[in-house]
Amino acid sequence: MKIKVNKKILAKNEDFAVANRKFFKKQGLFCINMISSPGSGKTTILTETIKLLKNKIRIGVIEGDLQTEIDAERIRKTGAQAYQIETQGACHLNAEQITNALSKLDLEKLDIIVIENVGNLVCPADFDLGEEKRVFVLSTAEGDDKCAKYPQSFAKADILLLNKIDLTKYLDFDIARVKKDAMKLNKNLKIFEISAKTLEGMDNWLNWLLKSSKKK
Amino acid sequence: MHEAAVAENLLQSIIAASTEHSDKKIVRVVISCGQINAINDEAMQFAFAAVAEDTICEGAILEIKHIPLKSQCRKCKLEFDFDFYSPTCPDCDSGDIAIGADAPLLLEEIEFEEDD
Ligand SMILES: Nc1nc2c(ncn2[C@@H]2O[C@H](COP(=O)(O)OP(=O)(O)OP(=O)(O)O)[C@@H](O)[C@H]2O)c(=O)[nH]1
Ligand SMILES: [Mg+2]
Ligand SMILES: [Zn+2]
Repeated sequence: MKIKVNKKILAKNEDFAVANRKFFKKQGLFCINMISSPGSGKTTILTETIKLLKNKIRIGVIEGDLQTEIDAERIRKTGAQAYQIETQGACHLNAEQITNALSKLDLEKLDIIVIENVGNLVCPADFDLGEEKRVFVLSTAEGDDKCAKYPQSFAKADILLLNKIDLTKYLDFDIARVKKDAMKLNKNLKIFEISAKTLEGMDNWLNWLLKSSKKK
Repeated sequence: MHEAAVAENLLQSIIAASTEHSDKKIVRVVISCGQINAINDEAMQFAFAAVAEDTICEGAILEIKHIPLKSQCRKCKLEFDFDFYSPTCPDCDSGDIAIGADAPLLLEEIEFEEDD
């Protein structure tokens, strides 16, 4: 006997994602999901962003890592709220974990929620967390061939942060090539070139973040 | 790889969909995916075989369909199936392509063992 099912395989995650998105809307929270390879600079971008926007907007962070509270502690040092999810080996966050994490933050005191996903270019891209915008971080140290190797991740992002541009002079990283390749995969992609270390280019990113979160 | 997580979710979906129909073993499963929501066949077969062990799906054949992503070149108007690994028009080489909607990861069909 054969039966037709025609159900989405990730339906359970999707249900939680839809509920999260509704919740963010109701609360007037702007939520972004940050995805990248390990070490591209996500936590550094966040700590610098939080410090630079301290008097303008309140950012809370949900950290996803295989293990340890290290990243959440780095965020807390800036004075911001952070909740750490330890995935115990899972290579991505799922929407149900976000639903649970939301009850651990004082949401009344927040305008923006940033989810720092587990460092991994492939798996997190398949799991909608209910975010409003997806931010993909690519650092110049990783090489300029990533569009060709991980096209789906670029196709699913709203923002591309090209980080560590202070290092381009030491590396064979062709920024123009990456921008051109990325736009072929995703016409709507917004690209910001930044250095979380020297803070070069951070203004454009900060302005986008402020503007997008105020639209809520 | 994300195939491990997909396989886990797939198994749950199969069990949920099958219980109301039969408690027989499952011999064949058909799933489909898109080009953005893509699956690597080899990794998926491996991951599914692993999670299926000691369940009603043990030994089931997994069939994976890849649904093409319809697209059109904005320059020469050619309609073609988009390939993310070569994201330009096969005719005029333009990179200005209108990409359609991608197919989701879908559990399409399950087949139970026959009575003997
Ligand atoms: N030169 C340079 N170094 C940077 C920049 N941004 C981050 N780094 C360094 O890159 C390393 C990794 O940064 P993290 O912020 O921990 O990266 P991450 O993406 O959060 O890492 P995981 O959470 O482990 O995936 C640290 O040594 C940072 O100091 C940058 O713009 N320029
Ligand atoms: Mg980090
Ligand atoms: Zn063409």
